[in-house]
Amino acid sequence: MELFLKIGLAAVLLMLVWRLYPAAKEQMKNGPKGSSDDWKGLILPAVLLIGFVFLLIMMVRS
Amino acid sequence: MNHNITMPRSQEQVLATNKVLKNTYMLLSATMLFSALMAVISIYLEMPPMVYMGAVIGSMLLGMFVLPRTANATSGIGVIFLITGLLGFGLGAILTRYLAMPNGPEIIGTAFAGTGIIFLSLSAYVLTSRRDFSFMGGFLFAGMITVVIAMVANIFLAIPALSLALSAAIILLMSGLILFDTSRIINGGETNYIMATYSLYLSIFNIFISLLQILGIMGDD
Repeated sequence: MELFLKIGLAAVLLMLVWRLYPAAKEQMKNGPKGSSDDWKGLILPAVLLIGFVFLLIMMVRS
Repeated sequence: MNHNITMPRSQEQVLATNKVLKNTYMLLSATMLFSALMAVISIYLEMPPMVYMGAVIGSMLLGMFVLPRTANATSGIGVIFLITGLLGFGLGAILTRYLAMPNGPEIIGTAFAGTGIIFLSLSAYVLTSRRDFSFMGGFLFAGMITVVIAMVANIFLAIPALSLALSAAIILLMSGLILFDTSRIINGGETNYIMATYSLYLSIFNIFISLLQILGIMGDD
């Protein structure tokens, strides 16, 4: 039963990739491109997010 | 060329955007509550972990094939409640396992609070800065495809380190998606509140599940 569910889940996930691929291709080809400042602006939220997850891990471990 | 220029928008456009945002958050709150109720029922019934996989398969099929066809009709609301209810029921099966662990309730509480803080902070950041994050689209889609392919491999390989790395990648990607989706709503790129709710719900759900997994593995000595 579990193997069937695993195969089913893998099939549905591959179906998702097949559905996502054209949108991804379109976004990468014709989607808006960010300037270097746009990408730099994401560094702070990303660092804060990673720091926050580490804080949660420390809280659970303590 | 910089495409991320905010154009002056008419009052009607601003009102329409605010309506989509308000409806999205209202539907998101309702679906979250329904999902939590279904999770409680699932915990009460002590569902086995494989129910989670079944619920994910069912909700993904509904999300891919039924929701896009009903999102412009009233029936779309029923479909989104069906999807989120199924995911909540599946989540209950996972939570039952965590509750059996010695520090399980603490891990669940921390993951829940952490998910809430991440979602509220990222949403507040977009809503106050009014920045356009549409430039992240290509990166997020490519990242999602990579992660999904790695997830398929790990369903059969079951490598704990890969599972941990995938959870970390999912948290980063879903956080990016919250920025991207919220920015699309406030900039008029998403006008359907049912699809906007579905996307935000999935981001929150995936962050919660991934945090649960990271805290479950890392919190254990």
